[in-house]
Amino acid sequence: MGLLDIRNLTVDFPSRRGTFTAVRDVALDVQRGEIHGLVGESGAGKSTIGNAIMGLLEPPGRIASGEIEIEGRRIESLPPEEMRKVRGKTVSMIFQDPLSSLNPLFTVERQLVETIREHNRMSEREAKAFAVDLLDQVGIPKPAERVAQYPHQFSGGMRQRVVIALALCSNPDLVIADEPTTALDVSIQAQILNLIRSLCTERNVGVILVTHDMGVIAETTDRVAVMYRGRIVERGATRKVLGDPDHEYTKSLVAAVPRPDVRLHRFPMVSYIEGPAREFEAIDLGKHWLGQGRRDASNDRHENLIELRNLEMDFETRRSIFPSRRRHFRAVDGVSLQIREGEIFGLVGESGSGKSTVARLISGLYTPTGGEILFDGTDIARLGASAERRPFQRQMQMIFQDPYSSLNPRMRVADIVAEPIRHHNLASGGAERRAVVEDLLEHVGLGREAARKYPHEFSGGQRQRISIARALATRPRFLICDEPTSALDVSIQAQILNLLKDLQEELRLTLLFISHDLPVMRQMCHRIGVMQNGRLCEVAETEDLFERPQHPHTQELVRLMPRLDYLSRRGLDMEPAHA
Amino acid sequence: MSETRQIAPDERRGILARSLDSDLLHSFLASKVTVLAAIVTAVFFLGALLAPLIAPHDPFDLRQISIMDSLVPPAWSDMGDPRFLLGTDDQGRDILSAIMYGARISLAVGFCSVILAAIIGITLGLVAGYVGGFTDTVIMRIADVQLTFPAILIALLINGSVHAVMDVTREQSAFWVLVVSIGLSFWVQYARTVRGSTLVERNREYVQAARVIGVHPIRIMIRHVLPNVMGPVLVIATINLALAIITEATLSFLGVGIPPTQPSLGTLIRIGQDFLFSGEWWITIFPGFALAALVLAVNLLGDWLRDALNPKLR
Repeated sequence: MGLLDIRNLTVDFPSRRGTFTAVRDVALDVQRGEIHGLVGESGAGKSTIGNAIMGLLEPPGRIASGEIEIEGRRIESLPPEEMRKVRGKTVSMIFQDPLSSLNPLFTVERQLVETIREHNRMSEREAKAFAVDLLDQVGIPKPAERVAQYPHQFSGGMRQRVVIALALCSNPDLVIADEPTTALDVSIQAQILNLIRSLCTERNVGVILVTHDMGVIAETTDRVAVMYRGRIVERGATRKVLGDPDHEYTKSLVAAVPRPDVRLHRFPMVSYIEGPAREFEAIDLGKHWLGQGRRDASNDRHENLIELRNLEMDFETRRSIFPSRRRHFRAVDGVSLQIREGEIFGLVGESGSGKSTVARLISGLYTPTGGEILFDGTDIARLGASAERRPFQRQMQMIFQDPYSSLNPRMRVADIVAEPIRHHNLASGGAERRAVVEDLLEHVGLGREAARKYPHEFSGGQRQRISIARALATRPRFLICDEPTSALDVSIQAQILNLLKDLQEELRLTLLFISHDLPVMRQMCHRIGVMQNGRLCEVAETEDLFERPQHPHTQELVRLMPRLDYLSRRGLDMEPAHA
Repeated sequence: MSETRQIAPDERRGILARSLDSDLLHSFLASKVTVLAAIVTAVFFLGALLAPLIAPHDPFDLRQISIMDSLVPPAWSDMGDPRFLLGTDDQGRDILSAIMYGARISLAVGFCSVILAAIIGITLGLVAGYVGGFTDTVIMRIADVQLTFPAILIALLINGSVHAVMDVTREQSAFWVLVVSIGLSFWVQYARTVRGSTLVERNREYVQAARVIGVHPIRIMIRHVLPNVMGPVLVIATINLALAIITEATLSFLGVGIPPTQPSLGTLIRIGQDFLFSGEWWITIFPGFALAALVLAVNLLGDWLRDALNPKLR
């Protein structure tokens, strides 16, 4: 008998349009002292399992059949009041966003003491001592002082430690961690995972780790269950499942994970997920619409398409009419770099490092405080009139991170993609414009029927394809991709990265690719720049950066990459290492 | 809406958005009060629109009214006359017909002033929210100052000054003066709401994408931002329609609105008030009841619309 036993669990969400079965016939067991992973893409039902164990299914969700046992005691049919006791006492939960799982108006002490006294017979004084002790256990320095502070005084990683301390208040037997590190930077993610690991062994509790991140699963868990559309398709020791998967879905999922140690030519086309993108015909740039209006390569072309010279950007953090009282935050601090014509240049860094600000400066969304941005030899930062800017706006487009907010929900896809064509007068009339839009949609793998629909009818990956079609519609030379795949599932990410690579080679585009994800960078970029605190610490050829990082910050980032060396390499189209 | 919330994010968006219309219909039919309110509103609209065709009498046609028929009580009382279902007023006009014609004017003033207020408010709100900075400060301070005066006081002021400055008779100008004064006193709410939503939408990536393409700010405001901030505006408009009708009635009751020769609901109530203590209660009670029913029905519709749309306003 394990700590947790789930048999034939089915969870339904009935609605007036029929019943949606989020979890179907799931069996799972967790032992003390083990971390059990639950991995799958969005909508697979992995969080629903966690909520079902906690008794926190939101109505109208209900457990349709099956049994949940904790140490031999059935809990799925307990009355709410009994369930509430189980919830706090034997099972507790760590949520994704540390900011919203703490009450901003209470001190950490008050939140901890309240929870401790709810579950233990303790005096106020004892509970306070216990709270300090807990903070110490989760690795918060100077716990006696920090306990009296408010959540906003803690950094993201420290806040997640407080949330973990909160989950430990009742000495639980089972902890459910639902994407505990998704909102955190890589370096902090590693610390939090280590903490969970050591707490699990020291306190001999069982942990269910719910995540979509294969790296986290590979590094942390002992056993793993892979979920697809509400079912567990494969289950077993992590090394076996990821290293030698049996099920087709697991195979395609593992194949789609960007590897930190090898560079793939293209990700394998997986047939299991979201109808495969259709193959498109190769474009002859000499004849195709996308090739028109390009300047000939022999003309006065600069080797560096983009050159940043000592770029600086300040944001006002305190406004005042007196200059002496104004306060600034320097988001970009003296960045100089060159992007060569036809290359994919990567910019990597943790949140707040200034990489997105650089993208926005180049695209003209922000005006720099200082420095120059040369586009093909012209300083575009200092252009005044919109007539002067126009030709540069046409040659430079941007793909955004969030596919759900980057498309206007009230416009048809045809109008979204046609807007740049209309604005820059790139088509001779309505008929040609329609033809071009359909051709572009076809080309990004969506098909011409997409033109008549609205954005909400598409999934995240398809929306990102629409964004790419819109960006191509100005016939750009330079494309800025700001975390284009970080909101997408791993299999869809693989498809979008393939598409970007195809388009880049075919249309001879220059790309600025921004990401926090080093393995993705390794697959995409020719050269990579590393940013920290607004400064550029290192620029190097991709292979050099991974094999021989120079700057301490780069070394740290490379060291913290999840080691995925035992993952199955079946069916991968690897590129020979660069000489 | 809440029933589909737990379904996986991708699927949820699809289902939710696809069925917006039918969900709206479903929540409409589920609320009996709302259905009743819609029926009442529809009856008033039809009655007002078709008044010349279906009203038993024409209260403005001097050949049809006779002083002999004045002050007839409702048809079901002892002294009643079957020709006048709700009785007549002091000039022998049929109250039922007068209510139908009066609702015509009340609704017309309500609609026109709401449209005027919405146009002013949406424009200023969009500009304030999108441009920001100094422009925003100026527009919103003006709005704050206007909020410190009661709407009726402002309407009275505008009404009074127009009559003082312009040389027009009351019969000619009353309608448009009412519309302008009510419209000008109600724009603030639209401006505030639109500004708030615009501040959110402005930072969304689709607006930034349009800026990267180089689309002109005015076009971004109209084509990209405006359609995405219209949801709350619709709700305010419904609730303000009821408010505008009341304000019109109040102004007419105070004697600065529509003249008694073309009575609106408010004017009818004012006329009837003189007879309240001499026992002719029907002259003021029936128009008063009609006004209350219309305003309540429109308000209930607005409330329902707000609740039905709210979960999707992000």
